Order: sequence, then C-alpha cells, then structure tokens
Amino acid sequence: MVEEYIGLFIRAVFIENLALAFFLGMCTFIAVSKKIETALGLGIAVVVVLGLATPVNNLIFNHLLREGAWAWAGFPDMDLSFLGLLSYIGVIAALVQILEMFLDRFVPVLYNALGVFLPLITVNCAILGGSLFMVERDYTFGESVVFGLGAGVGWALAIVALAGIREKLKYSDIPEGLRGLGITFIAVGLISLGFMSFGGIDI
Amino acid sequence: MAAPKEVLLNPLFDNNPIALQVLGICSALAVTISMSTTLVMCAAVIFVICMSNMAVSVLRTRIPNNIRIIVQMTIIASLVIVVDQFLRAFAYDISRALSVFVGLIITNCIIMGRAEAFAMQNGPGLSFLDGLGNGLGYSVILILVALFREPLGSGTIMGFELFRTVNDGGWFVPNGMMLLAPSAFFIIGFLIWAIRARKPEQVEEAEYQIAPNVQYREAM
Repeated sequence: MVEEYIGLFIRAVFIENLALAFFLGMCTFIAVSKKIETALGLGIAVVVVLGLATPVNNLIFNHLLREGAWAWAGFPDMDLSFLGLLSYIGVIAALVQILEMFLDRFVPVLYNALGVFLPLITVNCAILGGSLFMVERDYTFGESVVFGLGAGVGWALAIVALAGIREKLKYSDIPEGLRGLGITFIAVGLISLGFMSFGGIDI
Repeated sequence: MAAPKEVLLNPLFDNNPIALQVLGICSALAVTISMSTTLVMCAAVIFVICMSNMAVSVLRTRIPNNIRIIVQMTIIASLVIVVDQFLRAFAYDISRALSVFVGLIITNCIIMGRAEAFAMQNGPGLSFLDGLGNGLGYSVILILVALFREPLGSGTIMGFELFRTVNDGGWFVPNGMMLLAPSAFFIIGFLIWAIRARKPEQVEEAEYQIAPNVQYREAM
C-alpha cells in the first residue's frame, strides 16, 4: 500500500513529469522562468493548488458526476460526466480564489510571496491536466492526493531547473534569431531529454 | 479600427500566437506526433476560438467587468464540451489518441487571450476574423511541427507510407526521438529561429552585450 503510493509519487515527479513529458503549463513555464526566485514561488503555488484541486475534483467526479453516482437519490442511470470539464475548471477557479483570500487573512507572509502567481494558476494547464489525468486513469481518493502532490513537485522541479539554466544563458553569446525564446525551447528540450532517462525505471 | 484583412492575416506570421506571443503551447506539442491528430486538434481549436470570440464579443457590453474571466471561461468550457462530445461520437479513435488534450483547449491561453484582448473591444464580425486568424496561426506551427515529426519518426504521413521502414524490409531507419517529447521543443526552437531570420524585427534584445574580442589570438 505505502510502497504503491511511493511508486506513484516518484512516477509523477520524474517519469510522467507534467511539464517535460506532457507539455502542460508551458505558457507560464516559459514566461515565468527568467529568475530562480520567482520560479520557486510559482512552483510552490502550483504544488499547493495541484495538491488540493486533484483530490477535490476526484471527490466531485466520484460522488456527483460518475455514471450511477446519483443512485442513492433514485437516478441509477444518470451520467453527468459530460459536465466534467466545466466543473473541474470551476472548482479550480474557486479554489484559487479561496486560497488567495485564506492566505491574505491568515498567512500574509506567504500571500505576499505568492500573491502575483495565484491568479495565473487558474489558467495553468498543468492543474486542469492533473485533474483530467486523474479521471482518465481512475485513481482512488488516496492515489489522487499522492498524484496531485507528485505532479506539482515535478512541475516545480522542472521550472526551477529551467530558471537556473536561463540565468546562466543570458551571459552567453547566442545567434541573434535564437536569442530569448528560441534558445529557451531548445534548453527545455534538452532537460526533457534528461528526464527521459528516468523512463526505464520500473517501480 | 483595424482592417479585416490585417486582422485575419497578421497572426499568421507577423504576430504568430505561438512563435511570438508564446501562447497556447501547452496543449499543442503533445498532439503533433501524427498528422491526423494534429489536423483534428487544429480544427477543434479554430472552432472554439472563432465561436468564443464571437460569443464574448456579442455579450461584451453586458458582461460585468469583475466577473468577466468567469463568464469567458464558462463560454469556452461549454464550447469545448461540445467539441469533446462530438469527437467521442464521430471520431472515437482520434478522441482516444488526443486523450486529455481536447479538454485542455479550455486552458489554451490563445483563446482566453484573444477573448480578453480583442473580443472585449471589437464587434462580432471582426472578432470572428481575429479568432480565425489566430486559430490559423496556431495551426500553421502545429502542422509544420507534425510535418517533421511524423515522417521522420515513423516514415508515414496521415498514416500513408512515405518511407518504407527497416522493420518492414525497407531502407528507412525511423528516428525514435521524433516520437518523444524533446523533439517537439527542438523543432519549435528552430522554427522560431527561421521566422526571426526572415523577420529580424522580432529578434529580442540581449540582456548583456558581449564585449568584442580585442586579442589577436584565441586565448591559450
């Protein structure tokens, strides 16, 4: 049981890294990776939101949307899973808003550190992607907690790594057309190639 | 007010949503392994972006400013649900192959970005054209990437055999990396290089100038 969860966690962090293997959250990944500090802030925010949103969406899917979820109320054939996308994105938007208000009221230090990044996270595909993968792979509640946290940690790791490389890259002499965006893509490709080497590990 | 032709054609190369504005790469790269999934994805995105731009533009004077993001999100999510259900009904195999990436059209930043930046200020007709232009700009890059990845990775295009692979007794040794994630990043990086070589005004300023080499010989 525990080993299974550890395996799932490691798979989510390294082998099935959301950013590098599935290209999720690329827009913010490229846009907010110029400095290590900001990348770290965004990374932590993503871990928190992904770790909360995936289990919540798991509960919503299993208890409200799945075929037969309303059997107790006398609707054994009702299948609301087509409403999935709308409810996941609603949950994520609401969760981000609540988290923002909660942090503002009770943990102002963290709020000041993460403040700018929280609204950005609603449209980060990594969060929605985490929920969709959870539904597609039919995770249980416990698995979805582990998967959400692992996927968040993997994404944070990837963006901090990229920010570290970009901080050094700006001192180097790069061909004109490749400067900025172009070389960033190629650097991401190389990191992704590095992460592929975890692929052979069997857990 | 921008001319309709500019609105339609500008996003293709001059102001490409992927290559210049870095929007919408999220759901884009993973589907470019084969040409057929790419085309379906492009069609889905063009449909959603045109319709959402038009809907947002029609409603733009009625949407209260504070909740506009939620309203836009709901419009986009509803359109994506329509596309998702349609694909599941009529093209089940491709819907399987695209897996979660159809749903991820919701968080495709191009669509939110255009709704927020263009459709909130312009009439429905122009917004539709803007959506079409940006959707096509997105498709151009996706199709170019797929055009490299599918033939080099598996020797086929749209499922038809282009080069006979070694496993089938031919001469072509497929490049396995083209089927993996990193190749898409490399190809987009080089595409950006190519576009900027043609259009030097898109080149970014360097943060630091490299001092010219004043020594006569290379450092020993």
